[in-house]
Amino acid sequence: MTTISDFMPNEMMTIAAARALSNDDVCFVGIGAPSAACNVARLTHAPDITLIYESGTIGTAPNVLPLSIGDGELCETALTTVSVPEMFRYWLQGGRISIGFLGAAQLDRFGNINTTVIGDYRKPKVRLPGGGGAPEIASSCGQVFITMKQATRGMVEKIDFYTSFGHGEGGDHRQRLGIATKGPTLLITDLALWKPDPETKEFTVVSMHPGVTRAQVQDTCGWKVRFSDQLEETPPPTELELTTLRELQARTERAHGGRKGA
Amino acid sequence: MAKFQSLHDAVRDNLRDGDTVAFEGFTHLIPHAAAHEAIRQGRKDLTLIRMTPDIIYDQMIGMGLAKKVVFSYAGNPGVGLLRRMRDAIENGWPRSIETVEHSHAAMANAYEAGAAGLPCAVFRGYRGAGLKDVNPEIKSVTCPFTGEELAAVPAHRPDVAFIHAQKASRRGDVLIEGIIGVQKEAVLASKRAVVTVEEIVEDFDDLHPNLCVLPHWTVTAIAHVPGGAHPSYTHGYYDRDNAAYLEWDKVSADRDLFTEWMRTNVLEAGPEAFAERVKGL
Repeated sequence: MTTISDFMPNEMMTIAAARALSNDDVCFVGIGAPSAACNVARLTHAPDITLIYESGTIGTAPNVLPLSIGDGELCETALTTVSVPEMFRYWLQGGRISIGFLGAAQLDRFGNINTTVIGDYRKPKVRLPGGGGAPEIASSCGQVFITMKQATRGMVEKIDFYTSFGHGEGGDHRQRLGIATKGPTLLITDLALWKPDPETKEFTVVSMHPGVTRAQVQDTCGWKVRFSDQLEETPPPTELELTTLRELQARTERAHGGRKGA
Repeated sequence: MAKFQSLHDAVRDNLRDGDTVAFEGFTHLIPHAAAHEAIRQGRKDLTLIRMTPDIIYDQMIGMGLAKKVVFSYAGNPGVGLLRRMRDAIENGWPRSIETVEHSHAAMANAYEAGAAGLPCAVFRGYRGAGLKDVNPEIKSVTCPFTGEELAAVPAHRPDVAFIHAQKASRRGDVLIEGIIGVQKEAVLASKRAVVTVEEIVEDFDDLHPNLCVLPHWTVTAIAHVPGGAHPSYTHGYYDRDNAAYLEWDKVSADRDLFTEWMRTNVLEAGPEAFAERVKGL
């Protein structure tokens, strides 16, 4: 039996995120934390999942986690590699992707993401990398999963810039803008699983990871947290899940000379 | 018609002060050697277009070549932020730069529209996204058939594109393999195109029929620069130098360290140094 002392919150986050993916999914893998989760899914319960990176690699199966979205490993193990315009036009805009998996620097309760600037756009306190593929991943994929570590400076009442649109101000805001896809349907953090309320679209905690308290979830979140009436406990990682993740990370560190990969 | 030249001459003949230029390559095949040659020749007031400015534009911006940057992801992939670009945006060092920011989808569509000879690109994008409020070049059009409102951005029409590729044939046809990015579109969208290559081979007679090949009559100049993508990589030749990307995070964090690094590794070096840099990768 696995116990709480046997795994780290980050590992629980990656494994909980991996569980949300299924064998039939076609997943557009964002840079950062999503990549580990997608590959753990592929190496455990979803061997036939199609992973796509924005560099044009379709059906890729990297043996180690890539450091960038354009590592050679992604192309060498892919079914096919297409040009970047084709990737964004035919495959993403064409509606072929079921899940977009994104990380976030700043997130609000409606799943809107900021990876552009902290502070004012014209006079930024911190200039972050920007959107890359995310603005259209957020609107063109069937649904969007978000994964990030909880912290009050990341999960905020109001984001400084709408890099990627989630549920906007909540409710039917997406439909009002003519966006036909579902948007964020799941948030996986190191402490909990969150799903949008069916009406308001505000992220609500539906499951807390083993050993996590409500106070911990609230203390690391910048908005007042809503908990589901049917709050569950996330099953702890199985031995297979933990071993798969750790071996993947160990292979990655060996391959990249100590770097963890993304 | 492709002309085989030294990198020095190819840059001298094709890149002018004030030009709009795209140095493309999506993580893979980034034309670093060509950018270093532009820095050595001291080009100025350039408008730099590139999806991911990456180290290559961090260096050009830090050396004061750029007046404007058109981009969609300003990170050091796998490492973090671009510190020279940030210093220019936040503090105007060594000069202030204008930025035009897009999403990847918009940039890719804009190159494709340029290659297709269209004035603008139309796509389903930017819905709910903040960039359309800060970038006046993002507009919308209404589909005349369905009434759907779609995003529109101007086509990219660079004066010149620089790319790096695996091979050129003696005739000047160019082969690109692996992650092919937007290079074909960037070349076809541009008035002039300069290609650095790992290798020059006799002909392409035994290639698979569907490979990405740019015919010699779409290319202005070709320079043979082995290792010319370093610290990016060339599929089939050498791997990405991840340690160099990490080192850049430290070098670029300090203006003096940066200036010294550029003097040693760029200003006082030449294109022949690249072959040495990729040995063992």
